[in-house]
Amino acid sequence: MTTPTTPQHPVPPQGAPQQPGQAPQQPGQAPQQPGQAPAQPYWPGQAGPGGPGGYVSPVPVRAAHLGDAVVAEWTKIRSLRSTMWTLGTMLVTVIGLGLTWSLLYSNSDEVLSADNVLGVGAVGVLLGMIPVLTLGVLTISSEYGTGLVRTTLTACPSRSRVLTAKAIVLGSLAFVTTLVATLLVAMISSALLSDRITEDPTTGEWFKATVGVSLYVALAGLLALAVGTLLRHSAGAITTMLGLVLFPPLLSLFLQSDAVEKIGEVLLKYSIPMQLFTLYGAEIDSGPSGWDALWIMLALAAAATAGAHLALNKRDA
Amino acid sequence: MIEAVGLTKRYGAKTAVHNLNFRVRPGAVTGFLGPNGSGKSTTMRMILGLDTPTAGRVTIGGRPFRELPNAARQVGALIDAKAVHGGRSAYHHLLSLAQLAGIPRSRVDEVLGVVGLHGVAKQRSRGFSLGMGQRLGIAAALLGDPQVLLFDEPVNGLDPEGILWVRNLMKRLAAEGRTVFVSSHLMSEMALTADHLIVIGRGQLLADMSVQDFIAANSAGFARVRTPDTEPEGREKLTAALVEAGGQVLPEPDGALRVTGLELPRISDVAHDTDVRLWELSPHQASLEEAYMRMTQGAVDYRSTHDPRAGFQPPAAPGYAVQGGPAPVPQGWNGPAGYPVLPGEQPNPYAQQQPVAAPQPPQAPQAPLPPQHLAAPATPPQPPAGAPAVPAAPSAPADLTKRDTEDAR
Repeated sequence: MTTPTTPQHPVPPQGAPQQPGQAPQQPGQAPQQPGQAPAQPYWPGQAGPGGPGGYVSPVPVRAAHLGDAVVAEWTKIRSLRSTMWTLGTMLVTVIGLGLTWSLLYSNSDEVLSADNVLGVGAVGVLLGMIPVLTLGVLTISSEYGTGLVRTTLTACPSRSRVLTAKAIVLGSLAFVTTLVATLLVAMISSALLSDRITEDPTTGEWFKATVGVSLYVALAGLLALAVGTLLRHSAGAITTMLGLVLFPPLLSLFLQSDAVEKIGEVLLKYSIPMQLFTLYGAEIDSGPSGWDALWIMLALAAAATAGAHLALNKRDA
Repeated sequence: MIEAVGLTKRYGAKTAVHNLNFRVRPGAVTGFLGPNGSGKSTTMRMILGLDTPTAGRVTIGGRPFRELPNAARQVGALIDAKAVHGGRSAYHHLLSLAQLAGIPRSRVDEVLGVVGLHGVAKQRSRGFSLGMGQRLGIAAALLGDPQVLLFDEPVNGLDPEGILWVRNLMKRLAAEGRTVFVSSHLMSEMALTADHLIVIGRGQLLADMSVQDFIAANSAGFARVRTPDTEPEGREKLTAALVEAGGQVLPEPDGALRVTGLELPRISDVAHDTDVRLWELSPHQASLEEAYMRMTQGAVDYRSTHDPRAGFQPPAAPGYAVQGGPAPVPQGWNGPAGYPVLPGEQPNPYAQQQPVAAPQPPQAPQAPLPPQHLAAPATPPQPPAGAPAVPAAPSAPADLTKRDTEDAR
């Protein structure tokens, strides 16, 4: 079974064709001591001191943690074209529409308020949010669709860790990308429209229209991730998220009669497009104002994420 | 060491795995055999903590999979060759799995070399063939250099060279002292690879023994005896004499006799004593495949039924159908018995129970005939309504199984 010089190797190294670079060990040559085993990093391994009782890998074993999972999720998300496409579409939409709106306003004779200057970016962000929702859903549902989730959960049985890592990576990526886009649009619009406004936007308004809006979009992405985890189906989850954004304002159009007017109003005021506009300074009577929209989205995303963790841990993968 | 105790999994009313007890020991390749849908994959998923058992438990080294401190370093698994994202390259797929388990990046290149995918590592795995997918799955299983390895149908889609490679890989992994658990529905493959066999059917344990024991227990030798075709009475005389001498005699389809329990010289002596000439007296060994099929025959979920090709039959004279008279029995190429057995082909033992389902088809062709609807619209359509339902019945459990397993994934 083995040469007398290598008592620790149940399999002669010659039997390892996968290391073509390694010269076959000559029987008479330098007897390999067990202590030299690390010279062959991982393969072939050694039988443990217990003999046939088990195999001990020469690679030192260390416990994996959330940081490892975050790095792995980052590798996953950056190695897919769909990430580039969705985020690219988002950037083009937000910046393109922001620029177009700014140019249109600068060519008109309207006098604008401080809100309007930053608010030109709102429509772009509303449309640009949709690819982010898609990305959020795909981050998990593509794993279910391809079966990769079983491989992932075999490599890391802590399901909550996997989902948390996905949320961290997706949330950061969505936040940073949206922040870049909104900052750029805000700077373009204030530069182009500076001669048309009565007063400059305050620092608080700037902060809310860039960081606040980016946080809002990132949280919406996390909500999409949670919905994708719960539904496990790409098309279903994306449709659900689109419906969540577009359906309430659409429905409110049909709720105009006295009996249902109140419902229609609430639906409209608390719809995601309206919430987004309030972050840009739009004022709605007895509706969300200031940073309210962000807290609403935070609560939604947190609740959905909690449900997703529960479902993921309970269900068969 | 993998240990299952009273392992049970139910999906609704369907029991996929029932009260399995087994141990998979280190240092040997353990084959996990069973027909399609017998619960192999479900068991594998429960070992890996992907599915939660309805009852019982399964542990690896004494702990449930999900409680292992660093699972990927202790257990490697190939569950499904298609369990990769097609848009990601093989390298990035393995890299993300390595990072997830805290395995150094250099290990990715090593396993890519081991499975021979170096050349295509940067290509997106969508374009991979099934065989390349299997290799990628095996690479993922080896990534953590684990002590316990599970492979679900690893040779599916591999070419002969690849099959040989997997065989040797399994044996080498086991020789290094690892626990290697390989599922397959191919007995012939397992006979070459495995040291120990665990056979299940319909989710229940059928056998748990070493390959040698399995062969000894299940593939008793027999002798084939043929008497001259021109003297049929000689055959009967010999049969009687052989039974009297203590042998078991079974007729073979071609007119020969299958004799067990008697040595060849003794058969020859008996023939000589009874004055029967022999045209053939040959020793045979029942193949392991045959033994396995016999063992699992009652536990097959997906059984082929006779294909009557009723839709291609020229419509019978309409009058017959309307009156509910005997419709012409649709004939296959070889009558209702099914496909002809080609020369050199092994008769399929699964097909032997087929005539149970076969008598149904005669009713089926009545249903699509238009004259019936025209002639008797008010008649309660008993036979046509029943006809499509009855053939559907045997396949219903099979469909359920399929759907359940799909859903579960």
